[in-house]
Amino acid sequence: MSAVETPRFSQERLEEIQALVARYPGARSALLPVLHMAQEDFGYLSLDVQRHVAEVLGLTLIQVREVVTFYTMFREQPCGTYLMEVCTNASCMLNGADRLVRHMCDKLGIKVGETTPDGMFTVTEVECAGACGGAPVVQINNEYHENVDEAYIDRFIDEARGKGGKA
Amino acid sequence: MIPSDPKQVTQICFDRIRIPNQRRLEVARANGAYRFLPTVLNEFTPEKIIDEMKKSGLRGRGGAGFPTGLKWSFVPRDTGKPTYLLCNADEGEPGTFKDRDIMRYDPHLLIEGMIMAGFALNVRDAYIYIRGEFKREAEILNEAIREAYAANLLGENILGTGYTMHLTVHRGAGAYVCGEETALIESLEGKPGRPRYKPPFPAVEGFYRCPTVVNNVETLATVPAILEHGGDWHAAIGVQNSAGCKIFSVSGHVNKPGNYEVPMGTTLKTLIEEHCGGLRHGSVPKVVIPGGSSTPWLTAEHYEVPLTYDDMVKAGSMLGSGAIIVMDETTDVVAVTRRLSHFYAHESCGQCTPCREGTGWLERLMLKLEAGKATEQDLEVLSDAAEHMAGRTICALADGAAAPVLSMLKHFPDEVRARLVEKAA
Repeated sequence: MSAVETPRFSQERLEEIQALVARYPGARSALLPVLHMAQEDFGYLSLDVQRHVAEVLGLTLIQVREVVTFYTMFREQPCGTYLMEVCTNASCMLNGADRLVRHMCDKLGIKVGETTPDGMFTVTEVECAGACGGAPVVQINNEYHENVDEAYIDRFIDEARGKGGKA
Repeated sequence: MIPSDPKQVTQICFDRIRIPNQRRLEVARANGAYRFLPTVLNEFTPEKIIDEMKKSGLRGRGGAGFPTGLKWSFVPRDTGKPTYLLCNADEGEPGTFKDRDIMRYDPHLLIEGMIMAGFALNVRDAYIYIRGEFKREAEILNEAIREAYAANLLGENILGTGYTMHLTVHRGAGAYVCGEETALIESLEGKPGRPRYKPPFPAVEGFYRCPTVVNNVETLATVPAILEHGGDWHAAIGVQNSAGCKIFSVSGHVNKPGNYEVPMGTTLKTLIEEHCGGLRHGSVPKVVIPGGSSTPWLTAEHYEVPLTYDDMVKAGSMLGSGAIIVMDETTDVVAVTRRLSHFYAHESCGQCTPCREGTGWLERLMLKLEAGKATEQDLEVLSDAAEHMAGRTICALADGAAAPVLSMLKHFPDEVRARLVEKAA
């Protein structure tokens, strides 16, 4: 039973990983890129996914876990269909990021770090996104949205809801 | 076209950046990309390249400002081990967003610079370590690299010259400390990005304990112009000890934030008023963080400082990565400092006690101060903690964490004291 439910990379992915590993002096170097792939394929990095990644790269589970827990982009919990990451570091803060976060949370009825009950939106605060010329910056599912204001967010959320929950 | 008269040069890395579709190989080539590469591979020796780089006076554009030619000359030639070239595209220093524009608008400039650097250092495998959030930029780079392979500008026997170099884009995953070069190497080896003790320096023992050169995107993107026009040409741009042009990422309270490449020696005031459309409120800034959030603050008295490595040190700060955060008179400096303290506490890798503990103390005390709950004694602890972190750790993250706190205490003592519990009550 559990074998069916356990996440497994597709054959195509495994071939991609093999080609990737060949580009480094050691297979362990491919860990970050492979974790990105796993997160893309499985949504988040459950312990089962981490075990699978360890197996595929010939690493121990602890070698995978120490990396998953060190880097902020790796998630061990599921998030909403739309992961909205607001930069609130200095340049974005000077351009109203805190107000923007409050607006998003009020509109969605959640706190920072939470997901709406319908599973559609997660709001988080992140560190400098490296796009300070377009502050405030919001990354939505890893796409950069720059010079974002309340009206922009309202439009985005309304349109996303109109699409019925598909990203 | 970059003028061959150094006095006429106003930009180097951004010379072709506004050309539509410059990211595509055929457009880039039509505008001169890879034009000088065959000459370098066929007629230059590695010694000559390193010599030109030394003469150029180019200093690393990532923040430390170490002379690039000198860095390259430290790589031992007779180890029997491979030498690796790593491009640092982690761009995590708050306020910095220049490398992103080079990568997304003119990726072939970076690739060409890496091929030339790789040839000079006898590199077979090179990597671009790009911050994980720059997914789109990584895709653009990968597409440009695919084009370059197809045109035999990368891979085996480049342009029939006998030189072989492979280039791989590697995405990080959200860790500021990975911008430090030995943490970057750890990360590229698939580990948590914890900076290494130095020595040994990466030039001797870096990636997989082999000789390794780590250079910033802007640094590598400057190499093609230097080799085409000569080291002396580059040295004649800018000013003594700060040769060439520099990209400044300007953000905060200016009317036109963005990246501006100007010759070194341009004043801060000229950059802000003539290029960035001036301040949003008032005539002089309250605070300018000149080189990324880890550099000490400047105030109105230094508004006319020339943007050079030496002048910045004289003014009490550093040129850093050229990330200029401008704050006008409306700014709450306590709130900004508290936010930066949170950043450093979040990003400390945790291996050195002064940093792991100190960044936490700074954040807690700054929260207290911002909330009007801090006492005189808290202020003493804050200042003491900040002073005792700097210089006592493996990497400079602790120094960076201390900088905003010490700057706030130094430049705005009255504003700080007005927030103390006795005063606020």
